[in-house]
Parts: sequence; structure tokens; C-alpha cells
Amino acid sequence: MLKIRNLRATVKGKEILKGLNLTVNAGEIHAIMGPNGSGKSTLAKVLAGHPDYEVTQGEVIYQGKNLLEIDPDERAREGVFLAFQYPIEIPGVSNANFLRMAYNEKAKHDGRDELDPLEFDDLIREKMKIVEMDTSFINRGVNEGFSGGEKKRNEILQMAVLEPRLAVLDETDSGLDIDAMRIVANGISKLAHKDNAIILVTHYQRLLNYIEPDSVHVLYQGQIVKSGGKELAQELEQKGYDWIKAA
Amino acid sequence: MPQAAIENKKYFSAYKLLAKTREDKDPAWLNNLREKAGERFEQLDFPTTRDEEWKYTNVTPILKAPYRQILELDPKELTADLMMPFTFEESRRSQLVFINGLFSDELSNLSNLPEGIKVSNFTAALTDHVKVFSNHLAAYADFHSDAFTALNTAHIGDGAFVYIPDGKIVETPIHLLFIATAAEPLASHPRVLIVAGEGAIATVTESYASPGEEVYFTNAVTEVFAAKGSVITHYRLQEESERAFHIGTTRVFQERDSNYSSYAISLGGEIVRHNLIVELSDEHIETTIDGLYVVTGRQHVDNHTSIDHQKPHCTSHQLYKGILDGKSRAVFNGKIFVREGALLTDAHQLNKNLLLSGNAIVDTKPQLEIFADDVKCSHGATVGQLEEEELFYISTRGINPERARAMLTYGFAEDVIRKIKLRSVREQLDKRVLDKLHQSLEID
Ligand SMILES: Nc1ncnc2c1ncn2[C@@H]1O[C@H](COP(=O)(O)OP(=O)(O)O)[C@@H](O)[C@H]1O
Ligand SMILES: [Mg+2]
Repeated sequence: MLKIRNLRATVKGKEILKGLNLTVNAGEIHAIMGPNGSGKSTLAKVLAGHPDYEVTQGEVIYQGKNLLEIDPDERAREGVFLAFQYPIEIPGVSNANFLRMAYNEKAKHDGRDELDPLEFDDLIREKMKIVEMDTSFINRGVNEGFSGGEKKRNEILQMAVLEPRLAVLDETDSGLDIDAMRIVANGISKLAHKDNAIILVTHYQRLLNYIEPDSVHVLYQGQIVKSGGKELAQELEQKGYDWIKAA
Repeated sequence: MPQAAIENKKYFSAYKLLAKTREDKDPAWLNNLREKAGERFEQLDFPTTRDEEWKYTNVTPILKAPYRQILELDPKELTADLMMPFTFEESRRSQLVFINGLFSDELSNLSNLPEGIKVSNFTAALTDHVKVFSNHLAAYADFHSDAFTALNTAHIGDGAFVYIPDGKIVETPIHLLFIATAAEPLASHPRVLIVAGEGAIATVTESYASPGEEVYFTNAVTEVFAAKGSVITHYRLQEESERAFHIGTTRVFQERDSNYSSYAISLGGEIVRHNLIVELSDEHIETTIDGLYVVTGRQHVDNHTSIDHQKPHCTSHQLYKGILDGKSRAVFNGKIFVREGALLTDAHQLNKNLLLSGNAIVDTKPQLEIFADDVKCSHGATVGQLEEEELFYISTRGINPERARAMLTYGFAEDVIRKIKLRSVREQLDKRVLDKLHQSLEID
């Protein structure tokens, strides 16, 4: 589904990704771990097409296409989804309107029927159950005045509505209390299936207690320096990142 | 008078004709008022950009069009169908309609007003409520210092009169619709007088609209008197032709314990100016004045507001938001006065602007003048652009950049729109703002 080869990327003239390689197949869950500042969010932003992040070398093939040539909104319609580490507030635009518009853009793209507000209301209520979100959030401004945890849940709600083929979840677990963590983790597990792939970007091993990854990668200074199975996450938990840095 | 001043006034002499035709019908005090205002108008010059209050708004283009001034209504001017989009569902049977400044009995409908509430044109007010009418007309909008107000006062003929006697509550919102239809340049001078008695409660929407895209000039003056304990909600919707000129003055006088809320929306017009002046004459008064302006192309909109806290324990809130695209220009000048002795005043003012184009210009000047101790006051102004991070976030959800821009811009406006409690007004506005943004955002 996704093949990243020798990816180099800069932001504001500074090189952050320094030759990164990663392959993700349908039905897989990959965890990318690494200390702060190692380039995890940069990778996520590059995959989503953020204009500030410039790819200077390498390629990203998604579903057989050169992902880097596709505009961010088109990538989303093609099934790429990024759950932001710091979700943005859009005051004045209701969650319902926002999500319905996003849903319909994708539906149009896929040749499916668009939903009117009433039909969409049924859908979103169903999806909200996945992240145990109160329906009062439907008509609030997108992330407007949401707590950190509520914003993260809202990201997973968006994922549930848009049903992406490739989801990159950037530290969706950070800042969550035990309950919220369980809810978010359960939500993600429910959304994983054999035709999609999920990349969990995370700082801690915590989330991986709930969701079992097929592979774990360590990103350090812009490169994947180690890959392994779920036991690698435990090793990192015990030894800390200094162990990687020392190597 | 210098030649230039005479030249500027040559299309504004209809009041002389009007005075003649009304002389025998109207009471002496009204004839006298018009005459005094006419005389004052002749002495006053129109403002220029050398006047501090008109520094950024040049009225010269307004004075140059060869306006026709009509004194009698041609009933064929407007059909109910053409008018329909500018009416509001809740007010279809509590609306007064004026076409090109003249009262239309045919299109007005007052069948849904409770007993004792007076909504009429001035002619009827003169027979039914002459005492209230004469006490308040021209009592607040001073014509001695402002040529536009003098000109309007000299033209007082068929205005809109709303009178809610003491203790009366009107749940049905009242709509005063001023609609311009002429196919040639035309000047009109709408006049509104709203009087709320003690403890009276009412909602009034005043709107200025046009089904066409003609050049014309609306010179409107509205006076609002809010007696003790009254509650008035006042929507002012300016959605004129984008080639129209609009100068409007709203003067509000509040008594003790009264509550006045104004929502002034400006979407249309080529050169638009609205002066909103609120006098808080006693204690425990609440005032809210919110505004929204959306301008594109070469539109120019100027809001001058003044909130005058004269006595202790009063609260005022002001939020004006503006969206500018193209080569448009907006001016905001908001004064808050806290007079000596107006202790414990609570006054907050904010003006926020969103620039969608690098060629649009905002001049904003919030002003606080405080002469009392122990007050809570704040003011501020911002001028910003759409946030790149917000645009990116929306596009990662599959929404194209144009729609993302429109969405964020609309969200910015929604802050003010959502405060409008009248459903049909809010929904119509939602639609108008969205249409305007889409048109604008698709052009560039
Ligand atoms: N928009 C940006 N502007 C400037 N520097 C950035 C920007 N985004 C990331 N960086 C820098 O890139 C490096 C990697 O950041 P990031 O990808 O956010 O790391 P991580 O998500 O692994 O903590 C850091 O040194 C950070 O300061
Ligand atoms: Mg990060």
C-alpha cells in the first residue's frame, strides 16, 4: 500500500528526514516510535502534503501512485488520513457540517451517494459511539473549546467517518487519561481491518498495550534505525531511547 | 456659499418641493422642523476627508450622480414576488414596506400585531399618536452639525413609526423594509422612529435592499427611544445594490434599566457609512452593539460607533467583525465615553478583521475615553489573514482549498451571525454571506 524510499525532507531549510525507508501493506498496523524531535511529525506531515515540508529526495508510492505529486485534499479523497498531534480549531464551523462536507467530497470521489444533513446525522451518531463521544459535540465548532482529550477523540471520529485506507495517527495517545486512552485505543482497533493500514506514531509504549502492532520502527534523527516486532516496543520501554542513541 | 458647495447640493433639493406639497396637510411643528432642517442643510457643507470623522471616507462620488427625487409612489414599481426574498417569515404580517423611500400600503401588512401596538407610516402617526410622535421625532438625531442628517430631516415625509406603549410586549418581530427599485439614479431619505415605553419589549428589523444593481443613494436616519426597563432588539441589515451609496445614522437614547441590542450588518453598497450613537443616560443600562461587514471588489464600508456611559452601573458590549476581499476597504471607529461619575462602568469593545486579499485595507480605531474611577473597560482591534495551518487541516479532510477558505471565512462571520436570535433573519444572513463569499472566492 505504501512504499517510502530514501525520503529526505526539509522544513525552513533544515533537513529533518534523512533517507527514510518504510513499507506498509494492507491489513497491517505499524508503530513508529522515537524521541522528541526525531522527525515523527515531519514524516506524518510529509505524507499528508503539508506545504512547509519540502521533499528533496526519495519517493513515496501509495497505491501504485506517486503520492508526492498529489495535492493534500486529493490525497485525503484517495484515502490518506492524518490524525494531528495538535488538532486545529475551526471556530464557527460545526463538527456536523465539516464532517458532512468531508464525507461527501470523498463519496463523490468514490462514486457513492452524497448524504443530506438528516442521513448524515444518523451516520455520525453511529460513529460517535465508536469513540464514546457525547452527541452534544455534533453541533459544536470543530475542536472549538475542546479539551486535549476531546480533540484526540474527535480526530478518531473523523477517521471513523472518512474510513481511510491509510491512517497516520500522530501521537493520538499523548495527553490522554486512562479512560480516554482505552476509548481511543478501542476505537482505533475497531477501525482496523484487512483492507486498510494504520501507522501509529507514538512516544510511549502505552498505546501498544491495547493495540498490537505488526511492526515497530524506531525513528531517530530522521532515519529508521531499528525495526522489529512488538517486543521492540517493550525493549524501548525498559531501556529508554538512550539505548538507541548510544548505538 | 462657495461654488463647489452649491454644485454638491444641486441634486438634493426635493425637500423644497416636498415642503410645498405637505404644507397644508401637516401640523405647524412638522413644517417648522423641515424648514429649520432645510435652512441648516443649506448652511452646512458635506463632510470632506479633511474632517477627522470622515478622514477615510470620501463622499464626493455620492454627490455627483444626477439623482431623480420622487415624491409619489408608482405602485407598479415593485411586485410582491420581487419583494419576497427580502422579507422574513416571522414578520410577513408585521411589516412596513417602503419603495424608493415612499410608503407602500399595498405591500405592507400589519395584521399580526397585538392590540395597542402602533406600527405605521408617519402620516398615520400624525393622526393617531401625534403627542408621542412629536415628542420624539428629531429629539435625538441632531441635524445642526451634520449635513446628511439635516438633509434627511428636511425630507421627513412618509417614515416608519414604531410605538410600543408602556408595559406592552410584542413577540412578533416587526420588519421595516426599505427597498430600492429605480432604473435610474435616485435619492431617498428613509426615516425611522422607534419608541419603546416603560417595560416594553420588542424586536425590530430594519433592512435596506434592492433587487437590482443600480446606482442610487439612501440617506437614512433612525431614532430609538428606550424608556425605563424596556428591552429592544434591533437588527439593521444593509444589503443594497453593490453600486449604491448608503449613509445611515442611528441614534439611540436609553433610560434607566433598559436593554438595547443592535446587530448591524453591512453587505451591499459601494460607499457605505453607518453612524451608531448610543446614549446611556441613566443607571443600570445594558447595551450590546454587534456588527458584521463583508466587502468585496471595490466596496467601501465605514462604521462609526459611539457609546456614551453617563451614569454608574451600566454595561456595554461591542463586537464588530469584518471580512474584506478584493480591493475593498473598511473603516472602524468605535468610541466609548465614560463620563465623570459613571462609576462601575463595564465596557468592552472589540473589532476583528479578516483580510482575504493583499489589496484590501482596514483602518480601525477603537477609542476609550474614561473620566471616571473604578471602571472595567477593554478595547482592541485585530487585522489578520486566514491561518495556513487551519487551511491545511481542512484540506487533509478532502475539502478543496477554495472551499476551505470559504469555510474558515464563514466561520469567522458566524461568531456574530449566531447571536441573531430571529431564525429567518439568521438563516437569510447565513445564505447571503455564504453566497457572497463563494462568488468572491471563486472569482479570484
Ligand atoms: N514547521 C517547522 N518549523 C521549523 N522547524 C520544525 C518545524 N516542524 C518541525 N521542525 C523541527 O524538526 C525537528 C523534528 O520535529 P518533529 O517532526 O515535530 O519531531 P517529533 O514529532 O518526532 O517530535 C525538530 O527539530 C523541530 O524543531
Ligand atoms: Mg511530533
